[in-house]
Amino acid sequence: MLALTNVTAGYGAFTALWDVTLRVERGEAVAVVGPNGSGKTTLMRVISGLIAPRAGTLTFEGATLGGRPAYEIVGRGIAHVPEGRRIFPALSVADNLKMGAFLPAARKTFAESLARVFALFPALAERRPQRAGSLSGGEQQMLAIGRALMSRPRLILLDEPSMGLAPVMVLRLFDLIRRVREEGYTILVVEQNVRQVLKLVDRAYLLEVGRIKMEGRAAVLAEQDFIRKAYVGL
Amino acid sequence: MIDPVFLAEAAVNGLLLGGVLALLALGLNLIFGVIDIVWIAYVDLVMICMYAVYFVVQVYGWPMWVGGLASVALGALLGIGVHVLIISPILGSAPVNQLLATGGLLFFLQSFATFLWSTDHRSVRLALPRLEILDMPISVARLIAFALSILAMLGLYLFLTRTYIGTAIRAVSQDREATALMGADPRRVYVVTSAVGGAMAGLAAALLILQYAVHPFFGAAFGPITFMICVLGGLGNMVGAFVASFILSEVIAVSGVIWSTEMGYVFAFVVFIVMIFVRPGGILARRG
Repeated sequence: MLALTNVTAGYGAFTALWDVTLRVERGEAVAVVGPNGSGKTTLMRVISGLIAPRAGTLTFEGATLGGRPAYEIVGRGIAHVPEGRRIFPALSVADNLKMGAFLPAARKTFAESLARVFALFPALAERRPQRAGSLSGGEQQMLAIGRALMSRPRLILLDEPSMGLAPVMVLRLFDLIRRVREEGYTILVVEQNVRQVLKLVDRAYLLEVGRIKMEGRAAVLAEQDFIRKAYVGL
Repeated sequence: MIDPVFLAEAAVNGLLLGGVLALLALGLNLIFGVIDIVWIAYVDLVMICMYAVYFVVQVYGWPMWVGGLASVALGALLGIGVHVLIISPILGSAPVNQLLATGGLLFFLQSFATFLWSTDHRSVRLALPRLEILDMPISVARLIAFALSILAMLGLYLFLTRTYIGTAIRAVSQDREATALMGADPRRVYVVTSAVGGAMAGLAAALLILQYAVHPFFGAAFGPITFMICVLGGLGNMVGAFVASFILSEVIAVSGVIWSTEMGYVFAFVVFIVMIFVRPGGILARRG
């Protein structure tokens, strides 16, 4: 579904990603794990078009993506839930979800998408008229995911969904992401919470200093001594 | 002691003037709130549109509503032109450069108008009657201007809250990148915002020329009060600007009858300076 081949990207003179090759198949959940500053967020940004790749190719469902702007890539069926959630704090919950359905194709299915989002996240339905900035961190993350679902994506990019959440909320959130997955969405997730995320996904990549260091089945990676010591804390 | 009827009349006139001032301030504030740039030349665009109405109606003899529509259309086009030609290339540069660029446009427009049309005052002479309400003479031109201003602001409110592009206009000011992730091209949202702000200038022009003559320095007469309203209401705060318009127009109108028109402006500035000390973030700014 999504394939990156030898992608290099960065900001100005700084190169954050080196020669990254990665694929996600339809219906899969894939994680990219790695320490802070390893290039995980850059990877997400280059896929969603927020930055252009310097080299390499990106294809999604057979069509090339590289260099297209973000507002076009979402129309191809990729929704990016950015790091730090990036909801519109001064807009109401309802208006945030409406923005998620900005694309003409998504507007047509607005009512149906909204019903699906509210079924997944009932808390959002109750808080519809509230300013999004007044929600709790967990609710804001649900709103950010709900907003992404409103665009009717086939692939969802989740960048550090558990960041800044209380431990109990992290567990709830991973349950919710599991439910989103069961709805048939393909997911590529970047996480620092390696132990939790490896329980959620099928496969994972380990990214270090901008390069893919390891890849494999999530269950296999979780057993690697190296990963257990460094990231799982066992 | 002043006859209470005069005071009441002044209060009504202040209210009617406040409507048009609010329209001006909201147009300017919309652009500032979304694109984060103050169009110093905003009221000079109004001046250009007033000339357009003058030529369409007074010189070529078309009906006033044609002049009004032409003015709104010209305003929208000027808004797009200012954004694409002047603002867009310097969006990322220091605020002082942006002020200098739109300030330069102000001097250009003033000189341009003087060069083409001289400094004569020109007005559209429509035979609009005066009404007598409760012993107060009320100008129908002002009533029309007030009613259309309120309708236009209501329309703006509905546009910003009910439509997708209106919601995107509110969203892009909070997070440009997240707006792009929703599928909205921020550059396009800016152009639409500038067109709407320009169209409001065009409408204000058509309403102002019912009451005031146009001349190349019209912007100097109404520009400062428009900026004062925006600052008093809190830059970018639409509701604040709406309320501030009526506060300042009432101060000008009421102290205008008690003392003189000049004193009316003096008092408006006094109120402004005091309020800036008391509430530097604008009258409706959130505390803390």
